[in-house]
Amino acid sequence: MTEKIKVWPGTPLSDKDLAAKKVLLTEWHPNLKYAWDTGMGYGRYFAELKKGRIVGTKCNKCRRVLLPARVFCEWCFRTVDEWVYLKDTGIINTFSIAYTGSMAERLKEPVIPALVEIDGSGGVAIMHLISEVDPWKVKIGMKVKAVWKPEQKREGAITDIMYWKPI
Amino acid sequence: MQRRVAIIGIGYTPFRPITPELSFKEMMFEAAQRAYEDAGVCPRRDIDAFVTCEEDFTHGRSIFNIHMPDNIGAVLKRIHTLPADGIYGLADAYMLINTGLVDVMAVESHSKASNMLTPNYLVAHAMDPVYNKPLAYNPYFIAGMEMNRFLCETGTTEEQCALVAVKNKANALLNPQAAYGDRITLDDVLDSEMMFHPLSRLEMSAPADGGIVMVLACEEKAYALSDRPVWVRGVGWCSDAPSLETRDWGKAVYAQLAGDMAYRVAGIGNPRLEIDFAEVDDTFAYKELQHLEALRLCRPGEAGLMVEEGGTLRDSELPVNVSGGSLGVGRLDEATGLQKVLEVVIQLRGEAGSRQLDDVQVGLAQSWRGLPANSGAVAILSNE
Repeated sequence: MTEKIKVWPGTPLSDKDLAAKKVLLTEWHPNLKYAWDTGMGYGRYFAELKKGRIVGTKCNKCRRVLLPARVFCEWCFRTVDEWVYLKDTGIINTFSIAYTGSMAERLKEPVIPALVEIDGSGGVAIMHLISEVDPWKVKIGMKVKAVWKPEQKREGAITDIMYWKPI
Repeated sequence: MQRRVAIIGIGYTPFRPITPELSFKEMMFEAAQRAYEDAGVCPRRDIDAFVTCEEDFTHGRSIFNIHMPDNIGAVLKRIHTLPADGIYGLADAYMLINTGLVDVMAVESHSKASNMLTPNYLVAHAMDPVYNKPLAYNPYFIAGMEMNRFLCETGTTEEQCALVAVKNKANALLNPQAAYGDRITLDDVLDSEMMFHPLSRLEMSAPADGGIVMVLACEEKAYALSDRPVWVRGVGWCSDAPSLETRDWGKAVYAQLAGDMAYRVAGIGNPRLEIDFAEVDDTFAYKELQHLEALRLCRPGEAGLMVEEGGTLRDSELPVNVSGGSLGVGRLDEATGLQKVLEVVIQLRGEAGSRQLDDVQVGLAQSWRGLPANSGAVAILSNE
């Protein structure tokens, strides 16, 4: 319906009006900084990523593996203290081909966020990115492997794995 | 159908200036696990609904409520989050149980204040962006202005305000969970740096981390599960106008009306006679005095005199902030009010150890949401 309107009534504000201070303009840059405690679960999870390992925890009641590692199981509501190393291979559970960036800008090269089910973990998945592949060839069920940053460049973050590539 | 409501379980982590060993999730879990153990309930089976009290900007995550359910056993169950002080959550649980909608409910709030590195800017961000923000960036000047007006209207002295800090920090020395207990003198307070005249540094509470969870139940469940239920006799809450231009600067009207509501619900006609002890907001020392007057726990303008005469000490007629208050325990963001409720419950159960008050039956907890808010809530609890 709106596309039929050729000329909108009224006088729109332009950048020139703002620059000439014809309207009251107030600017505020919130200076909000945080330093989140990783605690026990995420703390070890990130430390292990720096070493090139994916670590989860295992609930000895429901037998689920928890990833990222947590020190309690939200289903059973009990403490979890069994740590398990996981493979860095898996299969794609679901994915999207994202052509729009976080500022809503158009991306020339799309990014491929995906949920990767880790091999041998009983279905636990990691949220990450797929690359080194033609986006249109990515399929649910595709086998992938983590591509790690070189050891000296790792910093104990989820980005220590650069992406996952098909194998 | 109106049903009685009791607090049957409490759980908390120690209140400390920093808590690097726990993520906020682990802190919530630890407090929740203790509360459920204390109440003898399994959250997955026995708890019908949950409420958490958190503010997005404090934690640095928008839509922070989505991060709540797993930490307190509420996954795939009924849960809601209030951007408000913890006593508002307690009031929600009270209403849901009182009206018969649920039987057992958990209330949670926690502080990770140490993780917020620019708290002054956070408070500044709450100010009106057009009218007030351009004037000054550190909004704690509001406390200085309010204190000035309070002193002017009531004749209360700066020394009387300072005595609140001396008392509360001394009380906190007997509370193993308190972060800022200290033996200080009146001169220490008056000689501490002037921050926002007439407010000095030791009259301002410092932030602390900590998590608190409580389990509430209807009468039938309370008797079945607990041998020492603490009854929620009344709740009340109120918000004044937000603008700095139109609020009352001398009186805490929000606390007065919240208190009136709680007294009405609890059937309390004469608070001075019927309230045995109180935990009231003392984010700033003068606030304790302002709130005591608003809550009619002393005559108007006489709170300063009452503190000076020792009338709010631990062994007096009306012990106030036996826990140490926010000045002694630390200010706990949205969990501040729940810490006050926590102390009332511990005292009414007779579990306060060396700071235990003798022969107490009815206690009051009151919260103020902190700068620049003009709102607060009240809960009245009883062990009978």
